Amino acid sequence: MTAWEAVIGIECHVELRTASKMFCGCQNEFGGEPNTKVCPVCLGMPGALPVPNMRAIDHMIRAGIALGSEIPAFSKFDRKNYFYPDMPKDYQISQYDMPLTQGGVVRYWLEDGTMKECRLTRIHLEEDTGKSTHAGSTDGRIAGSAYSLVDFNRAGVPLMECVSEPDIRSAEEAVAYLEALKRTFVQLGVSDVKMEEGSLRCDANVSIRPIGASEYGTKTEIKNMNSFRSVYRAIESEIERQIAIVESGGRVTQETRGWDEARGVTHPMRSKEQAHDYRYFPDPDLVPMEFNAATMEILRSTLPELPTARFERYTKQFGINVKQATQLVDNAQLADYFDQCVAACGNAHQCVNFVLGDLSRLSNESGTPVYYSNARPEYVAEVIDMLEKKIINSKIAKELIERIWEAAGSPRAIVEREGLSQTSDPGAVEGFVNDVLAANEKVVAEYKAGKTNVMGFLVGQVMKTSRGKADPALAGELLRKKLDAS
Amino acid sequence: MSSETIDVRYVAQLARIELTDDEVERFGAQLGNLLDHVGRLAELDTASVPATAQVIESRNVLRDDVVRPSLDRETVLAQAPKRQGAFFRVPRIIAEAE
Repeated sequence: MTAWEAVIGIECHVELRTASKMFCGCQNEFGGEPNTKVCPVCLGMPGALPVPNMRAIDHMIRAGIALGSEIPAFSKFDRKNYFYPDMPKDYQISQYDMPLTQGGVVRYWLEDGTMKECRLTRIHLEEDTGKSTHAGSTDGRIAGSAYSLVDFNRAGVPLMECVSEPDIRSAEEAVAYLEALKRTFVQLGVSDVKMEEGSLRCDANVSIRPIGASEYGTKTEIKNMNSFRSVYRAIESEIERQIAIVESGGRVTQETRGWDEARGVTHPMRSKEQAHDYRYFPDPDLVPMEFNAATMEILRSTLPELPTARFERYTKQFGINVKQATQLVDNAQLADYFDQCVAACGNAHQCVNFVLGDLSRLSNESGTPVYYSNARPEYVAEVIDMLEKKIINSKIAKELIERIWEAAGSPRAIVEREGLSQTSDPGAVEGFVNDVLAANEKVVAEYKAGKTNVMGFLVGQVMKTSRGKADPALAGELLRKKLDAS
Repeated sequence: MSSETIDVRYVAQLARIELTDDEVERFGAQLGNLLDHVGRLAELDTASVPATAQVIESRNVLRDDVVRPSLDRETVLAQAPKRQGAFFRVPRIIAEAE
């Protein structure tokens, strides 16, 4: 039996985060009362002139630089002509042969930490279309509807289209790729990337071929995937469908298929008989863009550390596990906070435990983000430092984290003021041990009868008697010595 | 270039224009003349002229990302051939998704 591999390329549309639309001053905001964010430019009134939003251009170039794309020295806008009432102009301003970015690589990771790469073909800038609702049908589908209702609030919103090369080999990789793109765009501040609000929409081109083959099979284009989960399910389902066709001697038809979330299958979408002929031509209303090295350098200098680089720093340099590293990378401010803790104490492992453990728990309970809390990174570092030097034990450390969360103040000072430092003085700990042994004769008898797992209880009692100050390792050692000797 | 090379019906279909047989013939000839005229440019030696997409010299004319007032909705919808409530009502959208 042939083993198959999938060949997948992804096109995704991402709405850029700007205050105003791409070519006019209407507000760029999700939702709102229909047709209230429109003007002569985005409604395509004759004589209205579009002017590009510089923030959108910045976003594109920064995204391109971040993903290793080439930013050509010259770029322009073109008109993509089509009759479709979701664009009032009867054309969409887009980019045809001279996009703002060419090439690039998205580096991403799978759940087991494997690093992957997917090449980008290009990222180009265009304007989003209006939103149409299909009315007059009973089931809300276009097929049975008598007419459509259009809201142009979204028309003209800056939209970047990222086209990948067919480098993706599974549904899992497709989702991991999209997550990496999302992280990157969020970190750069170029988009909110909210799939539920439609600010990220994607289509997948899927084909299969025998593993090791170099030729591509016939591909289908999958649409209507509205969440990362539906991307995963749709691709899995389409791969299975194609394998079943080919293994039963059939041939995959090149077509566009829609994902049916409820039924968990893709179904063919009837396509127009005539191939699209968009008659692209340079938009005469817009002047070309030219970029020089200085512009590039200025925009490059605004780039933060990117999520994939951070992930690799955490996993490779700090040895943090994939799950914890991903958690940090997905919360840039928390990760910045974590970095400051590490810078102050040098112990990444303890830092990640406190930041994702106690500090995140306190944050969830109180609703205060960790980096807004009283627990400054240098205080956390002091706690970790005292813990490493065995000045305090882990129980006191946890208490101190709660104390510095409640009120700003040096934990070292608290320890000194309240005498919380761990007692490693054998004499003092021995005193606590003797007290515990005297008070727990029954348990001591059980231990001597062979029930050695009561040791944990006895150590706990020593900690309690010492009000948490005894060195638990030393307490255990002394207990064992006394019990085994007698 | 002549009208032989232009599929007038196809061009008319793209532009959503209905043409009679007579019009196809007449416009075909006219379009052919236009192309012949423009075709004279091909006689020039442009080897040393860089390609351009714009005859204006300006570059990088951009605007600040600032929100400006939008139009009043009633004014907007008054321009619509058909409206329904707050929406433009348009013929059923014939999509790929049909």
